[in-house]
Amino acid sequence: MPPTQTLIQAEHVSRDYRLGETVIRAVNDLSLDICSGEFLALLGSSGSGKSTLLNLMAGLDRPTSGAINVRGQNLAALDSQGLARYRRETVGMVFQSFNLLPRMTLEENVELPLRLAEMDRAERSRRVVQALERVRLGERRKHRPSELSGGEQQRGALARALVNQPRILFADEPTGNLDSTTGEQILLLLREIQDTLGMTIIMVTHERPLAERFANRIAILSDGKLVDHFAVQTGVRA
Amino acid sequence: MKLRDLSELAARNLREAILRNSLTTLGVAVGVASLVAMLSLGVGLQTLASDRLTKSGLFDAVFVTSRRDFRGPGGDGPPRKSSTPPEKFKPLDEEARQHFAALPNVVDVYPQIRFLTDVRYAGNSYSTNVLGVPESSRATSAFDSITGKYFSSPTAEEAILQQDFAKELSPQPSTLVGQEITLRYAERRAVSSDEISKEPDIDKQLDEMMSGGISIVSREKKLRIAGVIESDPSAGIGGFGGGRVFLPIRVAEQLHAAQANDVQDFVRGGGSAKPTYAALTIRVKNPKNVLQVEDAIKKLGFNAFSLLDAARSLRLVFTVFDLFLGLFGSLALTVASLGIINTLVMAILERRREIGVLKALGATDGDVKNLFFAEAGAMGLLGGLLGVTFGWLIGRALTFGTTIYLRSQDLPAVKISYVPWWLAASAILFAIVVSLAAGLYPAARAAKLNPVEALRYE
Repeated sequence: MPPTQTLIQAEHVSRDYRLGETVIRAVNDLSLDICSGEFLALLGSSGSGKSTLLNLMAGLDRPTSGAINVRGQNLAALDSQGLARYRRETVGMVFQSFNLLPRMTLEENVELPLRLAEMDRAERSRRVVQALERVRLGERRKHRPSELSGGEQQRGALARALVNQPRILFADEPTGNLDSTTGEQILLLLREIQDTLGMTIIMVTHERPLAERFANRIAILSDGKLVDHFAVQTGVRA
Repeated sequence: MKLRDLSELAARNLREAILRNSLTTLGVAVGVASLVAMLSLGVGLQTLASDRLTKSGLFDAVFVTSRRDFRGPGGDGPPRKSSTPPEKFKPLDEEARQHFAALPNVVDVYPQIRFLTDVRYAGNSYSTNVLGVPESSRATSAFDSITGKYFSSPTAEEAILQQDFAKELSPQPSTLVGQEITLRYAERRAVSSDEISKEPDIDKQLDEMMSGGISIVSREKKLRIAGVIESDPSAGIGGFGGGRVFLPIRVAEQLHAAQANDVQDFVRGGGSAKPTYAALTIRVKNPKNVLQVEDAIKKLGFNAFSLLDAARSLRLVFTVFDLFLGLFGSLALTVASLGIINTLVMAILERRREIGVLKALGATDGDVKNLFFAEAGAMGLLGGLLGVTFGWLIGRALTFGTTIYLRSQDLPAVKISYVPWWLAASAILFAIVVSLAAGLYPAARAAKLNPVEALRYE
């Protein structure tokens, strides 16, 4: 699906961290537009600020200065309640280390965002089954994370991110803990989701070949600044 | 998050660290148990004392005398000076008694009927005191340890003997139950002016006129022995002390036996055909009605007093006693609340990443706070339930131990610990409140966690 209108607009965003007397600027006056339905890869070396930018856009953190507008709404102006609602209703997240809760079954992990959204039980069950089938884990729903392989855990995490039907999916190094074959399978799944659901996907990675193969656009960060961004013409191909 | 989802998540979290959470809950339970055991002891002792005092008949009674006779409790001390001439004093007679009986909250009005008698049994004669006891005395502790039975009816021609006196009649007092005794007593009889005028003997006619219209006649009455009581019944106001043979008061009244005040009446007023009472005891429904009845009687022109002030002092003592017991019990619960704080703070450290995930998935600060509150509340509820059970068991053990000791001392068993429903409910509620208060700081800390930092935590 070709990208259409601007969904996320980062305007002169900076994020500072204080370490004792030292101030570290993780993101430095960065501006970037992301279109609806786009698969954007944030590429950069370790410490380049790509994860910090992802967290800011996902509403997990607030910029020190600048604005991040999502569909015209400035995230920096939202209170903690508003940011929680944004994360619950607009955003899905996938992490490098999966972050499934170990004492819950896969099904219960996937159900968690729906519990937080106070959805009724019947609808919850239907959505959980649907999300797990989309990532082809319908048979493993009663298993605990420790009983699943890395790839299965990441697919489970993806199901959890999709279950509340978000507009934007943020993936922070989703293949970082996986072997190359499994990593590719996860990215293929992300592409499939983008194609079928028209979802906007923003992925942090430091693996350029993977980014070039699966993303529509690549933004390269270095020392907290956006140094380049360009569309990828070749696109995917599985 | 909905309450049901919150409860499910909290229960799951508690199950996950089962050992630590169980030990914390046990800490709360021990705290609650000590509180419940202490207070149940206080309540039990208070109930015991209150029951004994109520049964003694001392605290639900008002003692009434005519203002003419009043010398203070027991009749000791100098007579009070009064400007009212003696003839203006209201007599404590049957009319006054009926008046008192009609007052609100009055259960029984009875005179103290006490007279000297000769008891005849197995051909021997024994001099002793007879006392009339009211029907309401059945509920008092005076006749708890009776051999035989209490009077079969308020008008039964039966007697109960005091054990020492019974031993004079027979070395084995229990064999006396069911036997018959004969009372010889002096009956006071009113003599009308017609009867005096019809008296043929002029000397006797003169005697009767001089006696003011009353005569004393020797009478006999056969009574069946219904029972024998071991200890001397309670003495004092409204009590039955001093008697050795007890009759139902209605039977004693029908005997019209001459008493000490008959002589007094005669000396003061030259005698009267209308009998008066030396004193009346008024039993009220509840000790709290005593003051109101006492005031009403004083307004009617009689002397009235009760032992309510003593009961009030006793309540004050027990309230202070309960307060201190409660304070000591609460100390253990305070220590237990520190355990809850420790457990929850540890849980925050361990579940930092989980809190980060929850926030990333859209949990509000309030959701995280409520989750920790629910866990603290659940520990409080469980600890409270367990604690009340333990406290009750400790109380039972104390009562059991005390019973064994009292029996070894040849004393009757008593229930020294009592857990009323309000104590159980309050203890559980208190445990929940203390646990929630202990969860305040950890819950606030968990809610304030930055999700990015929490997700980074390994």
